Amino acid sequence: MTTVDRVVGAGIDRIDGPAKVRGTAPYAYEHDPGEPIAHVALVQSTVNRGRITQLDPTRAEAMAGVLAVLTPANAPRLSGDLASDLPVLQSLDVHYQGQVVAVVVAETSEVAKAAVGEVSVEYAAEPPDVRLAVDRPDLYAPEKIMAGYETDSVIGDVDGALAAAAVTVDATYETPTQHNNPIEMHTSMARWDGDQLTMWDANQGPHNIVNDLVAGFALDGGHQVRIISPYVGGAFGSKAFTHPNQMVAAMAARVVGRTVVLELTRQQMFSLVGHRTPTIQRVRLGADPEGRLSAISHEVVEHTSRVNEFAEQTATPTRVLYAAPNRRTTHRLARLDVPPPTIMRAPGETPGMFALESAMDELAHELGIDPVELRIRNEPTEDPERHIPWSSRSLVQCLRTGAERFGWAGRDLRPGVRTDGRWLVGTGVAAATYPARRRKADCRISVAGTPAGPARYVVEIDGSDIGTGAWTALTQIAADALGVGMGDVELRIGDSRLPFAGGAGGSTGLASWGSAIVLTARELRRRLEDEYGGQVPPDGVTVDGGVPGPSPHAQERSMHSFGAHFVEVRVDADTGEVRVPRATSVYAAGTIVNAKTARSQFLGGFCMGLSMALHEESVQDEVHGHYANHDLAEYHVATNADIGEIDIAWLDEDDPYVNELGLKGIGEIGITGAAAAVANGYWHATCKRIRDLPITPDKYFR
Amino acid sequence: MDTEITLRVDGAAHPLTVDTRTTLLDALRERLRNTSPKKGCDHGQCGACTVLLDGRRVNSCLVLAVTVGDAEVTTSDGLAAGGQPHPLHRSFVERDAFQCGYCTPGQVCSAAGVIEEARAGWPSAVTADLTAADAELTDAEIRERMSGNLCRCAAYANIVPAVADVAQASGVRR
Amino acid sequence: MREFRYAAATDPAAAVALLAGEPSGAFLGGGTNLVDLMKLGVATPDVLVDVRTLTSREVTDAADGGLRIGAGVPNADLAADRRVRERYPVLAQALLAAASGQLRNRATTAGNLLQRTRCGYFTDVTRPCNKRSPGSGCGALRGLHRNHAVLGQTLDGPGTCVATQPSDMAVAMVALDAVVQVLGPDGARSIPIGELHRLPGDDASRDTTLRHGELVTAVDLPPMDMPSRYRKVRDRASFAFALVSVAAALRVEDGVVADVRLALGGVAHKPWRAAVAEGALRGRPATEESFAAAADAELAAATPLPGNGYKVPLARNVVVRTLLELTGGLA
Ligand SMILES: Cc1cc2nc3c(=O)[nH]c(=O)nc-3n(C[C@H](O)[C@H](O)[C@H](O)COP(=O)(O)OP(=O)(O)OC[C@H]3O[C@@H](n4cnc5c(N)ncnc54)[C@H](O)[C@@H]3O)c2cc1C
Ligand code: SF4
Ligand code: FES
Ligand code: FES
Repeated sequence: MTTVDRVVGAGIDRIDGPAKVRGTAPYAYEHDPGEPIAHVALVQSTVNRGRITQLDPTRAEAMAGVLAVLTPANAPRLSGDLASDLPVLQSLDVHYQGQVVAVVVAETSEVAKAAVGEVSVEYAAEPPDVRLAVDRPDLYAPEKIMAGYETDSVIGDVDGALAAAAVTVDATYETPTQHNNPIEMHTSMARWDGDQLTMWDANQGPHNIVNDLVAGFALDGGHQVRIISPYVGGAFGSKAFTHPNQMVAAMAARVVGRTVVLELTRQQMFSLVGHRTPTIQRVRLGADPEGRLSAISHEVVEHTSRVNEFAEQTATPTRVLYAAPNRRTTHRLARLDVPPPTIMRAPGETPGMFALESAMDELAHELGIDPVELRIRNEPTEDPERHIPWSSRSLVQCLRTGAERFGWAGRDLRPGVRTDGRWLVGTGVAAATYPARRRKADCRISVAGTPAGPARYVVEIDGSDIGTGAWTALTQIAADALGVGMGDVELRIGDSRLPFAGGAGGSTGLASWGSAIVLTARELRRRLEDEYGGQVPPDGVTVDGGVPGPSPHAQERSMHSFGAHFVEVRVDADTGEVRVPRATSVYAAGTIVNAKTARSQFLGGFCMGLSMALHEESVQDEVHGHYANHDLAEYHVATNADIGEIDIAWLDEDDPYVNELGLKGIGEIGITGAAAAVANGYWHATCKRIRDLPITPDKYFR
Repeated sequence: MDTEITLRVDGAAHPLTVDTRTTLLDALRERLRNTSPKKGCDHGQCGACTVLLDGRRVNSCLVLAVTVGDAEVTTSDGLAAGGQPHPLHRSFVERDAFQCGYCTPGQVCSAAGVIEEARAGWPSAVTADLTAADAELTDAEIRERMSGNLCRCAAYANIVPAVADVAQASGVRR
Repeated sequence: MREFRYAAATDPAAAVALLAGEPSGAFLGGGTNLVDLMKLGVATPDVLVDVRTLTSREVTDAADGGLRIGAGVPNADLAADRRVRERYPVLAQALLAAASGQLRNRATTAGNLLQRTRCGYFTDVTRPCNKRSPGSGCGALRGLHRNHAVLGQTLDGPGTCVATQPSDMAVAMVALDAVVQVLGPDGARSIPIGELHRLPGDDASRDTTLRHGELVTAVDLPPMDMPSRYRKVRDRASFAFALVSVAAALRVEDGVVADVRLALGGVAHKPWRAAVAEGALRGRPATEESFAAAADAELAAATPLPGNGYKVPLARNVVVRTLLELTGGLA
């Protein structure tokens, strides 16, 4: 076996890059099923709650080119085990606006879309109840919140400590509903061969989708479903779980007996594939005159839907970020007539860190202490709620390094005193944090000798590349673990026929899949050494391996990545327009596998946080109950012109506890805290504290 | 209403029967199975469907196929003349100017258009001197000119140098 | 999208004749607005008469020293035209601040003028909207109207509508006193651009005073010797419609306003010619105080909605700032 230099850590071009830039890498709708594709279009409810009283598909059915119209009356029955919004067309009840009430299948997309308008539907509807408020009498505490966290945490006497504190902050922050809006719209292309279902699908974990299809169609097992997703055009959480589109595509394909495709429209993505719940968060901080926190309280109110309980873990970063003897975090939910919420990039941490890190900035001002210094003074020596040591924690170093790179030293604490022409200028800082987890993953590596050249290693694992760079990073990891060159490794991901892996989510991808590859590669090398004298046998060798789940140290060490953002914010004194001409973000996230793609992940996360700070809000009409700005012209995300110079750096961090590779995951940390940094900079520029995102020009005139 | 047309795409002519409702984007993707232009919104709001029509960048989702006539359609794939990557293809990979890659062929076509527009001396919304004789593709200019192409992965900060590299190499002032 | 016939004509007169016999037909320019609305089911023409390459794609010098812009001139080409850049910077800036490079390449001058409102209730056929479906009500009035009108709305009755006219180019053209040339079944006529777009009045369904089948053939710009500029405020740095915009031209002589043109975008159902402010400014000292007083006088008529009151101070500030910049008082 040849040995080569380590490639983990290098900045290597994406191996899928050449095909992606030309547009030849096949995404869900771009595979060739080998037969003409029929097109699916959706009829959606225009009310939030009620019942269908009349549904007439006859005009649509009569249109030339229409193959079928599925309604609750004739759609295939799905098993009763399906939850949330997956039992599509199984009843006449309507639980949210945008719910699928009929499905058209036609020869062409033009006919399918036109036929939608010819299906007439009437409802007996209740007025929509969509307004989140802290004084709703129906707020309730869920059993648990997401990711297995406790709903509340209460340590010490928070109210007593707040009452006794020399300095306090008590502020309420609001984040709006947001939509993931990956640029590839959710798409499912389905085909049945007998009782075998093949689906080319846009998702962030093929195995996640299989189970719901097996359950829904009462199949014998996962072997009857194959989900193929080698390339996915962004996801950010909305493609993590099964949504109605996969169910509809499978049903429609079964009914018409050929391949169908359902490509959701952008507008439909506002109701059918989830959103980030809006939050109302009250944060109270108590500190002594030196800024040492005596109490932290973070109370969250957020929404969920009638058909699922989605309890976002919004206050959980507050459980780890700062030391304080008295602490409280709570989560309360309102069940509203809204589509089911889902995960969106760093669910919980993203809205939660906006509130906590804004409050820390307010406290720094109250105290007259530099906000970087305030954070350093409250650095905990151990996990402040679990009372276990950190696996590694470098927040202070991130703050110091970032301050240095950004040129923070000597910053004037006073808000609203710097101008440059008509620009009001300020700077802001916030911390970032995200948990480091590992999940179960299986892997298979086969090696075969080639007659002439070197051995080829086929590495198989159902990981996903939703833009994270997994194609490249996993190939690097495999090459190092096998001690061969990247060119000798053939990676296969994005197919439920491959060995099990959880989806790309929770920043667990490389930690889980990479660890599985490392352990399987070690076993393969051991067998080659022990059984074949280090030579690849003529028939080759195949080894199955993997990781069983969380790190064995997960109970005795608290595992998180950390970071710090520094931004310059400029606000037009006449118009309230906001620009962020420069930013520095420094991260400590353990091993960085690919310096090039990792930088892009950090950049992408930070920019999505900036977009959240300044632009993103899905506005729900309280009379009609729909998302009134349901497209990309009205739901604004940052454009190229909104992004300035961004300096990204990371620290060397060696963490022997998290996983085999010492990496903590990088997909989500970049967004956490970013919005707070921008809002804090806005305040420093203008003296105006905008506590409800996004900070659009209108709010300047309050 | 079916209509006979011939679409000239990436150097090849394709006789085709289309519905008058068929957009250029759908004709390319659904009829010709050309996967290079992408659909991200179908309403001119994202830029993923950008192609060059007789050399000018347009949103193919808002162009009806029947109106294309004998104009030459060039997709990002078609920029790879004779299978050789276009300089923008190389610079996008080298600068990691994308993540998921879904907006990317549209970004590449748009970038090709931006460079030609700058070469023709066209100003932009951030051009301070509208009467200047030629256009200078500063970073701010590239940002503005590329803003019709949304990238949800936010590869923007890498797209700018990817475009700048090629602009510079092709003699556009920076 | 509903099925439709596609018709190409040989010349403008033939196009007009064709559409005259098609009560539900429409002219097609670049299609960047019409095709969008057809996909949404908002526009349902049964025949499209393609005029994109039929109407002139040239900008020509007029005898009076002005310019004639062919109806088919793409927005991008118009913005890049040297004469426009040098003599009518307000127009070049308005065009460049609109939409995206791709859209400007395809969109035509006539299509841009006649693009329809971006009101989200208008573009969603499942919502009430008096403009799309007269008598159904106005969804925006009690709904999302953060970017709706503050001036000249119809706030009750069957014409209720609080939408804005979205074209940036039109705002600049209004400040430039452009004249729209039209060819209709009854012959040609000229419409001063200030009379093209209308307020909702008691019929929100009509955006303009054009009659069915009238083809815009050109827009004439009279000569312009005042410095001019366009300032657009939007939610993000690029590729967004105006919250408020201002097109202004100003000539100052001996510290006094000799002549001024002022039009506001994003505030009304039509580009809002700020005649009150113009009147208040002529002959007054060109100072921040007079600019502010004039803006206040214009905006005194504003009737903001619960969710868009910010537009009044915003518009005021942008007027003052833009005029100051034209005096050279602000860089
Ligand atoms: C995402 C997005 C963002 C945008 N942002 C902006 C912006 O910021 N600012 C802005 O100003 N605009 C913006 N636009 C709108 C854009 O400027 C218009 O869509 C475009 O100018 C319309 O021109 P067109 O030639 O494509 O018109 P078409 O869509 O072809 O036609 C529009 C209307 O004009 C009629 N018409 C066309 N030609 C004639 C003629 N010769 N005579 C009579 N009637 C005719 C059509 O029947 C139709 O009713 C945006 C558009 C999109 C999709
Ligand atoms: S504002 Fe005008 S366009 Fe909008 S819903 Fe009301 S009537 Fe329709
Ligand atoms: S698909 Fe054409 S612009 Fe989005
Ligand atoms: S690379 Fe994913 S949207 Fe641009």
